[in-house]
Amino acid sequence: MTATTSAPKAMPAPSVAKDDHSEGMSYLESLPRKTVTVYIPLIIIMVVLLFPFYWMFITAIKPDQDLLDLHGGNPLWVAEPTFRHFYKLLFESNYPTWLWNTMLVAVCATFLSIVASVLAAYAITRIRYKGAQTVGGLIFLAYLVPPSILFIPLSTIIHVYGLFDTPFALILTYPTILIPFCTWLLMGYFKTIPYELEECALIDGASRWQIMVKIIIPLAVPGLISAFIFAFTLCWNEFIYALTFISSNPNKTVPTAIVSEFVDGDVFRWGSLMAGALVGSLPLVILYAFFVEHYVSAMTGAVKE
Amino acid sequence: MADAAIARTNAAPGEPSTWERLKVNRNWLGLWFMLPAMAFLVLFLVYPLGKGLWMSFTDARIGREGRFVGLENFEWLIEDRDFVRALIFTIVFTFVASVVKFAIGLYLALLLNNNLPFKAFIRSVVLIPFIVPTVLSAVAFWWIFDTQFSVITWGLVKMGLLDRGSPINWMGDPFMAQCVVIFANIWRGIPFIAITLLAGLQTVSPSLYEAATLDGATKWQNFRYVTYPLLTPIIAVVMTFSVLFTFTDFQLIWAMTRGGPVNATHLMATLSYQRGILGGNLGEGAAIAISMVPFLLAAILFSWFGLQRRKWQQGENND
Repeated sequence: MTATTSAPKAMPAPSVAKDDHSEGMSYLESLPRKTVTVYIPLIIIMVVLLFPFYWMFITAIKPDQDLLDLHGGNPLWVAEPTFRHFYKLLFESNYPTWLWNTMLVAVCATFLSIVASVLAAYAITRIRYKGAQTVGGLIFLAYLVPPSILFIPLSTIIHVYGLFDTPFALILTYPTILIPFCTWLLMGYFKTIPYELEECALIDGASRWQIMVKIIIPLAVPGLISAFIFAFTLCWNEFIYALTFISSNPNKTVPTAIVSEFVDGDVFRWGSLMAGALVGSLPLVILYAFFVEHYVSAMTGAVKE
Repeated sequence: MADAAIARTNAAPGEPSTWERLKVNRNWLGLWFMLPAMAFLVLFLVYPLGKGLWMSFTDARIGREGRFVGLENFEWLIEDRDFVRALIFTIVFTFVASVVKFAIGLYLALLLNNNLPFKAFIRSVVLIPFIVPTVLSAVAFWWIFDTQFSVITWGLVKMGLLDRGSPINWMGDPFMAQCVVIFANIWRGIPFIAITLLAGLQTVSPSLYEAATLDGATKWQNFRYVTYPLLTPIIAVVMTFSVLFTFTDFQLIWAMTRGGPVNATHLMATLSYQRGILGGNLGEGAAIAISMVPFLLAAILFSWFGLQRRKWQQGENND
């Protein structure tokens, strides 16, 4: 039963442990000293981390004539904000289609991956068939195979399967990135669920399938949410497959469209580009804002377990 | 123990039919449950991996099956200056970016581990660069480091550090462009490392520090002899992932420089795309991609042993 004692830590650790430090030895530090050693460096790092977003936002709401004028006035501020770039983006370009494509691909690929991962994780942790351990190890290895060594052979395979330039090319290839991750994450969650529940159900005549659907899955909901968020983010972020397997403009996803469609010859439309980048990040930021805890635990859990 | 109990119940029903047995037999049941995941991984991961290896030994081009040419692709690559340059830059890129990411990430984790107001809020804000799709933030860097209209140049001029007449050619100068992409990679990687290390730090009991301090340990000794040993396993894993993803990075470079100027910022992944997909030489592109494998294997072995120390998922709970 080592699993039940060690695995749950992945989940509550960030929220529970933070209270531990409310006392400790912090009284030894005086405020001026702490300002120099903690607050100032922290503020500097935060500013550097967030500055690009500020700059994106400022650029996106700047009128075109101010964009390329660094010397009259302060470029870090906008005197007359405009939403023209957003308007153009949403009503005069294919942007809504790209957003829709990205959403469609991300939702389908995430859904497929989670179904496959729940089954696989359940089989590895609970059914424990012969070779389950080896398969678990292989799935971990699959997580370490990066898309950048697969995209060339995959592109020929996609052609052969007749999937080139369709959303299916992405919906079917993304799970190879997502399944290893989700399986790994869910294995940790399934292990936290006591075996006794399952034994009772087996004795009452429940099948494995019923046990999984009625007992394990409801109890693993936090894990499923984490897996969903992380998988969705990875899909939204994916670039190299989308760049290689999709060629026509209306089938593109946001990341690939952004880098190729906002440049007219040598003219960079920075305003639209930045507006597009902001709007493209928005769904993830919203999702993330609602589920920070799940997100953090998924990230740390995946590494710690 | 629990396992044995389940096995007994499985065996219980007297004379089951073949179908019944298939339904309860663990190995068959396991196979059914594994099937969807395995299908995806075999069709779209294992098979392409094998095919990629095969293609690296052929002269395949777009629209034409390749003939087997043995090691020819690799022989050419060794003499190809662009490839050698990309290989060296990939290694430098990975090394510099990983080391700096780790140093700043660890520092940030230690800072965040202090007793701060609005802790949860700060922590979630720090993660934002990691959430936002790489390409979209790379586009922002592209603009920040624009050669003519860089806001960084503007800032340096304003602070009197730079002469107004001589702007820095960020993206046009090979060395500068290399620095810029490394900077962008570091920027993006810090949150992941900081937050995971922070999670590790929070599992260290404060009483250990109290005891060490009572024994007269300085802050540095506290870190060196308490924090560091306890964090080693998680550092090993985090750094493996960091190295792995930095080494195979594609999107950041492609969005910012496409390998330019004069091929100075090509990583192996971007060179492989340029030769294989844009240039149409699939065999050569595959050979470049396959050349990354030895380095990846090194990273995987490293991670394997890192994980072994921590009894990872598979190893534990085997009764």
